[in-house]
Amino acid sequence: MENISVKEQTPLLEMRDIEKSFPGVRALDRVTLVVKSHTVHALMGENGAGKSTLMKCLFGMYQRDAGKIFLEGEEVFFRSPREALEKGVAMVHQELNQALARNVMDNIWLGRYPTRFGITSEREMERKTREIFAELGLVIDPRRKMSQLSVAQRQMVEIAKAVSYHAKVIVLDEPTSSLADEEVAHLFRIVNTLRERGCGIIYISHKMEEILKICDEITVMRDGKNVETAPAAQMSLERIISLMVGRELGDRYPPKNTKIGDTVLEIRDISSRYSHLSAASLSLREGEIVGLAGLAGAGRSELLENLFGLAARSGGKLYLHGKEIRNHSPQNAIKNGFALLTEERRATGIFGILDITDNTTVSSLSNYRSGGFFLSERKRRRATDDMIGKLSVKTASRRTQIRTLSGGNQQKVILGRWLLTGPEILLLDEPTRGIDVGAKYEIYQLMQKLAESGKAILMVSSELPELLGVCHRIYVMSGGEITGEVDPATTTQEEIMHLATKNV
Amino acid sequence: MKIKAIEKIKGMEKGARRTYFAELLINNSLYIFLLAAIVFIQCLNPRFLSLPSIINIISLSAANLPMALGVAGAIILAGTDLSGGRVVGLVACVAAALLQSSGYAAKMFPNLDTLPVFAVFLIVIALGALVGFVNGYCTATFHLHPFIVTLSTQLIVYGGLLLFLMIGNNNGQSISGLDNGYISFIKGSVFSLGGTPIPNYVWYVIALTAILWVVWNKTAFGKNMFAIGSNAEAATVSGVNVKWITVAVFVLAGALYGVTGFIEAARIGSNSAATGLNYELDAIAACVIGGVSFVGGTGKIGGVVLGVLLLRLIFVGLNFLGVDANMQYIIKGLIILIACAIDMRKYLVRK
Repeated sequence: MENISVKEQTPLLEMRDIEKSFPGVRALDRVTLVVKSHTVHALMGENGAGKSTLMKCLFGMYQRDAGKIFLEGEEVFFRSPREALEKGVAMVHQELNQALARNVMDNIWLGRYPTRFGITSEREMERKTREIFAELGLVIDPRRKMSQLSVAQRQMVEIAKAVSYHAKVIVLDEPTSSLADEEVAHLFRIVNTLRERGCGIIYISHKMEEILKICDEITVMRDGKNVETAPAAQMSLERIISLMVGRELGDRYPPKNTKIGDTVLEIRDISSRYSHLSAASLSLREGEIVGLAGLAGAGRSELLENLFGLAARSGGKLYLHGKEIRNHSPQNAIKNGFALLTEERRATGIFGILDITDNTTVSSLSNYRSGGFFLSERKRRRATDDMIGKLSVKTASRRTQIRTLSGGNQQKVILGRWLLTGPEILLLDEPTRGIDVGAKYEIYQLMQKLAESGKAILMVSSELPELLGVCHRIYVMSGGEITGEVDPATTTQEEIMHLATKNV
Repeated sequence: MKIKAIEKIKGMEKGARRTYFAELLINNSLYIFLLAAIVFIQCLNPRFLSLPSIINIISLSAANLPMALGVAGAIILAGTDLSGGRVVGLVACVAAALLQSSGYAAKMFPNLDTLPVFAVFLIVIALGALVGFVNGYCTATFHLHPFIVTLSTQLIVYGGLLLFLMIGNNNGQSISGLDNGYISFIKGSVFSLGGTPIPNYVWYVIALTAILWVVWNKTAFGKNMFAIGSNAEAATVSGVNVKWITVAVFVLAGALYGVTGFIEAARIGSNSAATGLNYELDAIAACVIGGVSFVGGTGKIGGVVLGVLLLRLIFVGLNFLGVDANMQYIIKGLIILIACAIDMRKYLVRK
């Protein structure tokens, strides 16, 4: 597609034989990455394969132990992200670190406000910001407060910031993990613009379909080494996955459980004024996995939070086995047999500095009482070890701080936390977000096993293939309403998209 | 266990071994600092480690420990509590006023019979707990930062204390002439070490500390407290009753300030509006030195005990060295700053 880039002699960025060790771990073992200009280069690998470490070495956040980095043929050594930015290497992080209380242009020019006679010039700042936005086709008011923007818009602002540094190499770390399809399309348009301008874009993502759509070249990493670099056109989905996990992987989704029982939960006309839910009704049956599809902001997470008693309800009724329940608080919901796995694992899921035992047992503490009031350490230990074994959590011990685990293992611990409460209904919000392929499959398997044992699962996901592969039925939401119900066996992506955009 | 550690060190490369020892030093800096300070002061003034001096340091620490343990709970919740010192003052004055000896001329309540010591103890603990309840309730219900809430309540409590001291003919004077039963309950001694009596209250505080250790580590309340401090939103989602645990932590803190106030009243003997002044700052400093992080979610009873002891050791040590009183403030400030900076390194190094 891009013949020019092939002809160029010196690549835009060349990282040669990069090595980096942490106490006890060899994170990078002679990794080489070559990125050409006018190219989108995918960097793939399971969590812990060394992608982030490599990028942090590039960006000056880590100092490499050995190896060389060349930018347009010239050797560089960045001691800080600032130096990297000044030389034209920018990174858009997965977790956006932005000053939410400040406006858009403040965020872009932070630390280098344009000045006139030593005084910052708001006008100059706005003019420059608008220039960049126009170039990228962004319609965002530079004077809006950052916190009023959607996640997608905030991401675009971060890219605009990279452009404002005249970056030649731009690293996008999981840019689409919280975007809906519509927004992804917009992002891709921007990425294409950048490619045309001659940038080299390093694209980190777990979403295979996306990679094959947008990327020109692919480098796959495993266990701190690069295993292969090839043009995207020569790679297939299966090939990438097998390179990543180092073995052939069968189906991406485990077989669905087929034994579906009576209705467990009946939701009628749930409305909420503040989170814009209107008259949402659905039902859940024993042993069933039901999906909630829709664009970001369609009200899917809000519905789950509402069912779990985290948000106030302005109308509607819940029936558990035909009996009305209220679920007015999380405590009440848990008592009624509900469990909620939240979307933002780090913000609302894990207790980062606490250990696995504390993280696992927090919701079921009353089960470990001995002699009335005191908690038995032995009982807590046993429950935790049991969970670690059952869900095959990879951890040094149960006393490890949870924040040191990979995303997939953190997710398993939180699932384990809920299983210990003996739930009947599991509400899962993006259960596999930011988790690598192998762990995803394990989570799917676990969900099917739970369904088989008679539990009902309501899951939200922004990845349609996942919903189609895992669920028995799918409801589609749009603008706070449920706009339709589809059968994964017969539906098409078009039908779902049509329903999802009904009220936009 | 020990042999394993040695083998681990032997197996390391040179650089790794150096970081291992550096980490070991940093992680135990508090103990090393404590030891160095003791040796230093002891060299300059050998009376420092005499038995009476040691018992003095322990007794003074014991009086402040309940309060520090109370504020530690608030800090673990990622909050703080500034009301402690004033609650100590109020409780001390109320306890003193209710327990003046019947023959004392300037009695605040002349018609009051001598009340049972334990009844007064319960009254003042309830008083402290009430202030704590207001702190916790406002923090949890209105989602205010406890810094703001307790900044306000400490003023209100102080105003209340000043008004209390104006009751009858007292006219703001300090309250003294305490009942002997009260004095001997607190300051009396059933056990002496080498001829130096150990005041009774030290034993009460040791027992109280043991109880609090169990509460922190072996109850659902304790586990939930740490969970809220670590991630309040995750705690909500996990079904922790964040509101009432928060209230309970502050109520417990208030009650513990009450304990310190009750001890201080008898220990000082003559209590005024100045009693308890700035105690909360010493207590917070002790917590931070003892590793109770302001980030929330971390802290150990042992750390708080050590922090209180260390701070007291420095205060007493400076007196032993004959350091000028004005200079002492500067040195105290520096030591707190340095101790916390070293403690923070622990977290930074790992990053």
